[in-house]
Amino acid sequence: MVLAAAREIRDGDVVFVGMRLPLIAFSLAKLTHAPRAFGIFENGIVRGTPSPELLYTMSDTPNVAGAHMCTRLSTVMAQLGRGLVDVGFIGGAEVDRFGNVNSSYIGPRDRPKVKLPGSGGGCDIASLARRLLVIMSHERHRLRTVVDYITSPGYLAGGGQRQAAGLPGGGPKALITTLGVFDFDPDTQEAVLRSYHPGTTIEAIQEQTGWPLRVSPSVEETPSPTTEELTLIRRLDPQGFWTRAGAG
Amino acid sequence: MSLSDAMGRFVPDGSAVAMGTCLESMIPFAAGHELIRQRRRDLTLIGPISDMLFDQLIAAGCVARIQAAWVGNVSAGLGHAYRRAAEQGLPRPIAIEDYSNYTISLALLAGAHGLPFFPSRSGPGSDIPRDHPGFADGVSPFDGEQVLCVRALRPDVAIIAVQRADVEGSAHLWGNIGISEEAGLAAERIIVLAEDIVDQQVILSDPNRVLFPAFRVSAVVHCPGGCHPSPVQGYYRRDHECYAEYHRESRTPEGTAAWLERWVYDVADRAAYLERLGAERWARLRQLRPAVAAPVDYAW
Repeated sequence: MVLAAAREIRDGDVVFVGMRLPLIAFSLAKLTHAPRAFGIFENGIVRGTPSPELLYTMSDTPNVAGAHMCTRLSTVMAQLGRGLVDVGFIGGAEVDRFGNVNSSYIGPRDRPKVKLPGSGGGCDIASLARRLLVIMSHERHRLRTVVDYITSPGYLAGGGQRQAAGLPGGGPKALITTLGVFDFDPDTQEAVLRSYHPGTTIEAIQEQTGWPLRVSPSVEETPSPTTEELTLIRRLDPQGFWTRAGAG
Repeated sequence: MSLSDAMGRFVPDGSAVAMGTCLESMIPFAAGHELIRQRRRDLTLIGPISDMLFDQLIAAGCVARIQAAWVGNVSAGLGHAYRRAAEQGLPRPIAIEDYSNYTISLALLAGAHGLPFFPSRSGPGSDIPRDHPGFADGVSPFDGEQVLCVRALRPDVAIIAVQRADVEGSAHLWGNIGISEEAGLAAERIIVLAEDIVDQQVILSDPNRVLFPAFRVSAVVHCPGGCHPSPVQGYYRRDHECYAEYHRESRTPEGTAAWLERWVYDVADRAAYLERLGAERWARLRQLRPAVAAPVDYAW
């Protein structure tokens, strides 16, 4: 999942790096195919180089030292507000087929079954980034037809509703899960399976997806990690804190 | 002023308190723990993301309302006490007003400027503004653009940790600033927690690094190690294991009570807390790679 996320970053992108797993995806992209990417962290950090050490949080001391800029949250959010952030990552507990993400409440808001931590910067990135990348552990109860609460808006109910609601950003570009990668249909704005990770199948993905799967005619296996990518992931995360099975 | 006096005098029951405004670094845990020890009640906690501190205050029954973008444990997962309060009303029910990081910042910016609201392009279509007293739909009077209006927030007090301050309240903070500036300027009072108290000439030698005018600061507290387990740039690193430990132990109300007993109620102050942490562990967190900035010249 880290690898698939890193590959969505293009060289020269301004990347709004979210909490947790994207921290390492950004470093990996910087060290491989996107050396000129800039990372923006919502705590106020702008970095043109990967952190010299594994980060548990974006405010860890190695992420500050040697940064290109250390400032206010509102200053970096202003780059999002102006539409100058190319790509942003968010995670969450649930996603629907239009890329709407819930990281706030499972069950009704006044009597939740699970109170999740909330938006953080998720809603802001989803509202304003040019390309939104959603990262999700792929389980049937997480990929739902309808989510209980929209924390971070994707395409809402599809069919142009996002634009009508006054959301300026480009909306979800990919949904990256532990089993595969989805694109979004430009017309209906639904998730369409683009690739399945090595070791899984389309059938297995359908079983773990709460909506009837749409599969791209050109669906393929997700390219395996290169030796270089694997070596770098092990160097960036030697204990497997973010990248061992079930982590992140 | 001592931490105990500052919390006692400036943070009474029912206060709206902004804390943890740099995000995961420079979180004034010592101040939060002192409020727990003083059995403060009915607080409103205001913040961006809160990495563990809000969860602890909720666990101790100090909190009536949360106005924040995220409450949990950043490297370990969900906030167990936040969950129990929201799901079961334990140890007491709390009101939750969800924000995003950008919109809580705008709410405080509006407060800092004395404005009724600040417009936002983040949030339309999300459920966050729905049935929320802090948001209303609006239209730009200039071009008709739809915006989300974020109502001003004016905390009673902002507790801001800094690297160094003078006794009058001028302070230097460096590293990521998060929403500290707007939170402090929006608040009625600012309480500064400083790792070091320095001569005023040190602060005045670099006025660009100061966030608040001294006349807005109500109290300066000398509190070395006051942010542990969160990091303070130039002073100590984040103690990741502490977050994992609290996450494990706070799974049950009994485990949470035992944690609070050991790390809050049973220690008199921050010095006693650091002693309990152990000299070796504390020294390890303070082993840093030097990274001194080039001096700046204010020649005139």
